[in-house]
Amino acid sequence: MSAVLKVVRAGLFDTLQDKGRIGYLALGMPSAGAMDRIGLALANALAGNPAGIAGLEIGVMGPDLLVEAESVRFALAGPLSPSLIEGPDAPPRPLESNRSHLLKRGQILRVGMVEGSSTAYLAVAGGFALPAVMGSLSTYTRAAIGGLEGRKLQAGDSLPLGLEQAPARVELKLAAPFDYGSGPVRIVWGPQDDYFSERGRATFVGSDYRVSREADRMGIRFEGPTIEHAVAVDKGGADIISDGIGPGAIQVPGAGLPIVLLADRQTVGGYPKIATVASADLPRLGRLLPGQTVRFAAVTVEEAEKLRRDQEARLARAIADLQPARPAGGIDLSRLYEENLIDGVVYARPPA
Amino acid sequence: MSVRYLSCGDTAFTVEFGNQISPRINGQVMALHAAIGAARKSGALAGVVETVPTMRSLMVTYDPMATSRAALQPEIDALIARGLPAETRTRRVTIPCCYDDPEFAPDLAEVAERTKRTPEQVIEGHLKSAFTVYVLGFMPGLAYIAGLDPALFLPRRAEPRVRVPRSSVAIAMDMTTIYPFETPGGWHLIGRTPLWMFDQRREQPVFLAPGDRLSFERIDRKAFDRIAADVEAGSLDWATLVAV
Repeated sequence: MSAVLKVVRAGLFDTLQDKGRIGYLALGMPSAGAMDRIGLALANALAGNPAGIAGLEIGVMGPDLLVEAESVRFALAGPLSPSLIEGPDAPPRPLESNRSHLLKRGQILRVGMVEGSSTAYLAVAGGFALPAVMGSLSTYTRAAIGGLEGRKLQAGDSLPLGLEQAPARVELKLAAPFDYGSGPVRIVWGPQDDYFSERGRATFVGSDYRVSREADRMGIRFEGPTIEHAVAVDKGGADIISDGIGPGAIQVPGAGLPIVLLADRQTVGGYPKIATVASADLPRLGRLLPGQTVRFAAVTVEEAEKLRRDQEARLARAIADLQPARPAGGIDLSRLYEENLIDGVVYARPPA
Repeated sequence: MSVRYLSCGDTAFTVEFGNQISPRINGQVMALHAAIGAARKSGALAGVVETVPTMRSLMVTYDPMATSRAALQPEIDALIARGLPAETRTRRVTIPCCYDDPEFAPDLAEVAERTKRTPEQVIEGHLKSAFTVYVLGFMPGLAYIAGLDPALFLPRRAEPRVRVPRSSVAIAMDMTTIYPFETPGGWHLIGRTPLWMFDQRREQPVFLAPGDRLSFERIDRKAFDRIAADVEAGSLDWATLVAV
């Protein structure tokens, strides 16, 4: 019997994403991959998987998933409103994020809304049994490749699971929510900061920029004060001969408003890029919601490299510090439910 | 040879060879792309993730957990100082193209009129052009292919089409291209190939690569339909189109 998670109700934009499609930029293939690599890494660690394998990236609102397997262990990472497990004979019970859970055949996982972030992640122990395209399961919807038929989930889909049954193990939780950092988003000037006037660069790092409604996996358009190019736009000041676009590149077209390019970005482009977001702050960008504002602050390449190394060390510590999901001194209700302790009892009343 | 290093954050930098589009500059880009590839095969340049050639520059992406900009830049400098090969090994690719069906070539008459030639001369010009794939980008498998017969240079269409069919062969400026997907597009459509530039069923889904030398071969509608059926069925022997 095939083990699947059946999509009873689709969320708003759920796609399978892993660490990305590496090695094909030269062929025009965007890397895609998780918008928030930390969220994916935590979900995988909680589920008992290696970092970077494919999980479900949940955008805004999650799906309802029916377990059609002996059992499945899954973990949610990210700020979700109460999610629920229900059925077939049990009433719905709430479900914490940032820990692992075990579901049995016939149970339904109702993933809630993502709150205060645009993305959350669901990982299943053993991963999803889908074919890799160019070495990756990441869904890239514009070319309809990867994931499940290259698209977001829809009702009726079956997600094949790598394991028919979850290995026995104690459930795990995060010791504390991961600190993504706050304050200004760190950027490194370049590659084309010389295409902007001194005043333009000062505007960029001295102003608040608001995430517009045009924000998706390809990038975020910001609203705010316009950034002045060094050469008039009608004299070609906003045109370069196309060059490579790295993750977090901030291009500023003629209109003068910044666009930060993210996982599904095109590989090359012809607008000048004033700066690039430090990789340690990309997961924050991947979580921004329309209406939120950010400020940008410049650091050097060396500082940005150090920020990233420090963040990876903190992530490794958070994973090493995962704890048994058993409340100290209390009753672990979810574990009681999961283990079905009254199974086999025929007559539970005390004798008269 | 002097290059400029441009910062692209802490996971990439760009090596810029010049600020114009020329075969010489693109040749240098491709040579460094190949030299870095060879160096990595021999175990050097640890931490480099990939390189992205464009018309005039090469973006180098790296893993900041494995290396740093400060460590990599001198190594790339040394590669360039040692001298890049003048000519890298290239593939010669033949693209069958049907120009004769009006459905495939809706802009052929207009191109002929604007370049003051007959439609037949436009086709001949396209067939005799010695093309080189400069860069792939914009969408997976979309190649910017330079070397068009100068008699056919035209700016892009003033009104881009909302839908250009997959595998349309088009020209604009000094280049030609083949659309890998149905997409909006502003180039002039003068033919169509039965080949798919992107097919995820193939082990290497993208057919063309930067540096490929390209020529077009004229086919009629019958041959088009025959090859198209093979492509659709996944039974075409793509190797017959490539000479190394």
